Amino acid sequence: MSIFVDENTKVVIQGLSPTGQGLYHGLRNRAYGTKVVAGTNPRRGGEEIEGIPVFASVAEAVKETGANASFITVPPQGAPGAIEEAAEAGIPFVVCITEFIPAQDEARTYSRLRRDFPRTRLLGPNCPGIISPGKCNVGITAGEIALAGGPVGLVSRSGTVFYQAIYELTQKGIGQTTGVGIGGDPVPGTGFIDCLSAFEADPETRAVLMIGEIGGSEEERAAEFIGKEMSKPVVAYIAGVTAPPGRKMGHAGAIISGSKGTARAKMDALEAAGAKVALNPTQAAEVMAEVVAAL
Amino acid sequence: MDLFEYQGKQYFARYGIPVSPGGVADTVEEAVKVADSVGYPVVVKAQVQVGGRGKAGGIQLAADAGEVRRHAGDILGMDIRGHVVRRLWVERASDIAAEYYASFTLDRAARMHLGMVSAKGGVDIEEVAESDPAAIARLHIDPVEGLDPAGARRLVEEAGLDEKARSGAADILVELYRCFVEGDADLVEINPLILTPDGRVHALDAKVTLDDSAAFRHPEWDEFRGIAQLDPREALAREKGLQYVGLDGFVGIIANGAGLAMSTCDVVEQVGGKPANFLDIGGGANAEVMANALEVINTDEKVRSIFINIFGGITRGEEVAKGVVAALGRVDIKAPIVIRLDGTNAAEGRSILAKEAAGRIQSVPTMVEAARRATELAGGSAK
Repeated sequence: MSIFVDENTKVVIQGLSPTGQGLYHGLRNRAYGTKVVAGTNPRRGGEEIEGIPVFASVAEAVKETGANASFITVPPQGAPGAIEEAAEAGIPFVVCITEFIPAQDEARTYSRLRRDFPRTRLLGPNCPGIISPGKCNVGITAGEIALAGGPVGLVSRSGTVFYQAIYELTQKGIGQTTGVGIGGDPVPGTGFIDCLSAFEADPETRAVLMIGEIGGSEEERAAEFIGKEMSKPVVAYIAGVTAPPGRKMGHAGAIISGSKGTARAKMDALEAAGAKVALNPTQAAEVMAEVVAAL
Repeated sequence: MDLFEYQGKQYFARYGIPVSPGGVADTVEEAVKVADSVGYPVVVKAQVQVGGRGKAGGIQLAADAGEVRRHAGDILGMDIRGHVVRRLWVERASDIAAEYYASFTLDRAARMHLGMVSAKGGVDIEEVAESDPAAIARLHIDPVEGLDPAGARRLVEEAGLDEKARSGAADILVELYRCFVEGDADLVEINPLILTPDGRVHALDAKVTLDDSAAFRHPEWDEFRGIAQLDPREALAREKGLQYVGLDGFVGIIANGAGLAMSTCDVVEQVGGKPANFLDIGGGANAEVMANALEVINTDEKVRSIFINIFGGITRGEEVAKGVVAALGRVDIKAPIVIRLDGTNAAEGRSILAKEAAGRIQSVPTMVEAARRATELAGGSAK
């Protein structure tokens, strides 16, 4: 099994146009085997782009194709509206890769989903998406780096370290049930704990690799969850072990201030919760290989 | 974008948050002029974006023009933990009956706004959080509902602010929250928020971090730009739209994504090297961006080798390769280059490099091996 998506996931690409990012990545997802059933574009309803039927709205696309997931790549000004449109149309799983959405807009959109559309799960924004190897790939992950068959579930806050970790596992012959890139923005639709609890419940997932980074306290809360609720082994890596304190390392919400939010504090919390902590992605895969061998 | 104290106070003033009367001064004469106009005594404050200004002697009380002259002269040009003081904020000194703390930020784990108020202000709040967590009242606020006066009132009561400060502090909290939300800040913080002996409450300091992603709807932020303290490399990188942080080592780092860039620094350090910088070329970087990144790194005299670490998702391998080739043609890159290229269209990228840049750069299959090679090329000994 997999979490959040599977072979029955039918994807609608919001804001589909002949030149946009949505088409480029949507076609790659389709080539991987993902069921890309529709696109939306208010000015192109009734058209077809590369064999993908385009509808004027998500509601129409759902009605005509039974789409049950959406993929959003539209620019930041339009992305919150697109997310809410998908939720209103009853889409249960929305992947938004858009970067640079203002944090206050994200916070309001997330809150609206939580209040009015509790059945819709948002992944992102500013995330690489989700891949269930061999079944479904929604987002920008290069599908060929993943290996089907499990037993590892993977969740990462960083996008590129997400690819790196999948690739390292694949190189060692360790398959993945699902890889989820939750993204590094201030208000992620789906967090570590959402994924950890879904992996705990998924019978096919037998171990979890978690990739965090400096800043905030989400990893510490995840550690608490691991300590209390997880029976499956967890291997973790926190990017930014050597980052100097007090500097913002890129846009990723990775701000270290004082002792809290540092890689060390997070690693200590994870270790105390029983997770095995590695110092880089390569080592994380090595540790996971030992964990998998002992399953 | 982090604002200086004086900019933060100007931003606060837009939202009706009371601050002390004062002004900016870049010279001793300007400082005296501001002091004369706001009235004595005044406080002369160094404008640097680093903590510990007071301890370093960057905040001084002045009773008259002579003292302003002396302190302003001392503080201008002062080096506070690597930050040279170029500008002062001179404001009317306040009598202080009590010092509090107030802030709003986003709590990523709870996905809500978080308001924090404490009666223990004027000190390092992170220390208070460690030693006496109960002294900080916390309120999670649903961004759709916002903060109403009743919520603000509850927060100041829970924090145990003095009775006569509560109404003024609650009013300020409502305005501070509006500044946080409408002002598109990641953080607004007042430390200390003071109560004067005559019962007024106002902000004695201002810490504001603006959300760069919201710049498109804030033309008024333009005035805050261009004064930020950047080293020349950081300024050049910013001009080119790159996320760059200068570090002290000798291996230049270019990676796509903040996480991978940090991870690359981690690995370089772990194999015995020292990263010279953190540089994230971002998602979807094309040839031009890669060429710019190499140009920025090339201006760093300390760099003895360059490690390009790319895992393509939205970034395409052939674009990265074209960028490297273009940069080699455009700039005289001094240091040897090691590249690790994987992910989207990596094979195309590697074949472009093999054809057009063979001999100039070394392609290495894994991140750890590439870190070792870069460290060795820089004259270090790799573990």
